[in-house]
Amino acid sequence: MIQIQNLHFGYRKKKIFTGLSLKLEPGHIYGLLGKNGTGKSTLLKNMAGLLFPKEGTVNVLGFNPAKRQPAFLRDLFMVPEEFYLPDMPIEYLIKYTAPFYPKFNEDQFNRYITEFDIPRSNSLQQMSYGQKKKVLISFGLACNTSVLLMDEPTNGLDIMSKSQFRKVIAGCVDENKCIVISTHQVKDLESLIDRVTIIDEGRILFDHTVDAITRKLSFHVSYDSDEIKKALYREPSLRGSAVITHNTNGDESKLDLELLYKAIVLNGKAIESVFNA
Amino acid sequence: MQFRESQAIYLQIADYVCEKILLKEWKVEERIPSVRELAVQLEVNPNTVMRTYEFLQQQEIIHNQRGIGYFVSPTAIKNAQTYRKNDFVEKDLPQVFRTMFLLGMDPEELKPRFEKFKKQHFA
Repeated sequence: MIQIQNLHFGYRKKKIFTGLSLKLEPGHIYGLLGKNGTGKSTLLKNMAGLLFPKEGTVNVLGFNPAKRQPAFLRDLFMVPEEFYLPDMPIEYLIKYTAPFYPKFNEDQFNRYITEFDIPRSNSLQQMSYGQKKKVLISFGLACNTSVLLMDEPTNGLDIMSKSQFRKVIAGCVDENKCIVISTHQVKDLESLIDRVTIIDEGRILFDHTVDAITRKLSFHVSYDSDEIKKALYREPSLRGSAVITHNTNGDESKLDLELLYKAIVLNGKAIESVFNA
Repeated sequence: MQFRESQAIYLQIADYVCEKILLKEWKVEERIPSVRELAVQLEVNPNTVMRTYEFLQQQEIIHNQRGIGYFVSPTAIKNAQTYRKNDFVEKDLPQVFRTMFLLGMDPEELKPRFEKFKKQHFA
């Protein structure tokens, strides 16, 4: 559904991507993780046709996003981290922008904003950042595009809204749809994403399904000093040590995304060797 | 839903379904929530619930009727008990035994407490 090959991109002198390749399939929620400034947003913008590659190719739904053909734009929606919505009633926003998305479903939109506790009759002018974001997320989901890109969608959402957000996303996954969510708030999305993609230093450092991760790696608290010493990654905690070890007995543990992320950034080679074995 | 630290989410959801069945909140031959409904309710990826349902089908606790949905199997109670019992004996019981040993407790001491517990909660 999305193929990126040998992508090179940079802003003036700063190189962001130096030969990044990635393939995204429908039916999944991809969690795009990476340190600040590693290019998560830049990657999403390259997919959406908002930035153009210096070298290499980006192919989304069979289109070159940089050409911004209408047939492409109507089947992709991006919820950026920073956005602008005009000061107008929700009613007008729908009236003027929904026609660009042929699969837009108004009933669905109404359901989502009800779930998010936003009265349909409100105007965007009186809304806080968080409320506007919820309107934008609802709109994006109701567009029913094959590709949905979201950049830090839970930033600015309050505690209730984060839970509502997870419900809404869980309900819109389907086998023909590809959802990519970039985030630092790993706890917000841990149970939702089913594929983890980590960017570092201009390329893809790690890209595996959650199923594969929990089959290969075990996340647990260990008191056994031998096991702790041999662990792929360890972190002292109040009781014992939180460790990641090679899963050898077939029992699957719960993915600890924060621990995995740190392990990959600090000891990526050891982790990756388990997957290549 | 709060997920416990250690066990894979799909197995925790399997425990949740087994519990509903063993408490008879979900009855034999009745339809259970669809993959999507349960995913939304528990705020998890539908693929995770799909994996739970496939697992529970292998255990013959639920079955799929094409185009209609998932149902509680006639043998569900027996099979859910067997599955949960194995898990309990292997994983939870050693912890309980360890604590009992440390505190110098005898299994006989538990019997009246267990009877009282049953009366309090399930009478």
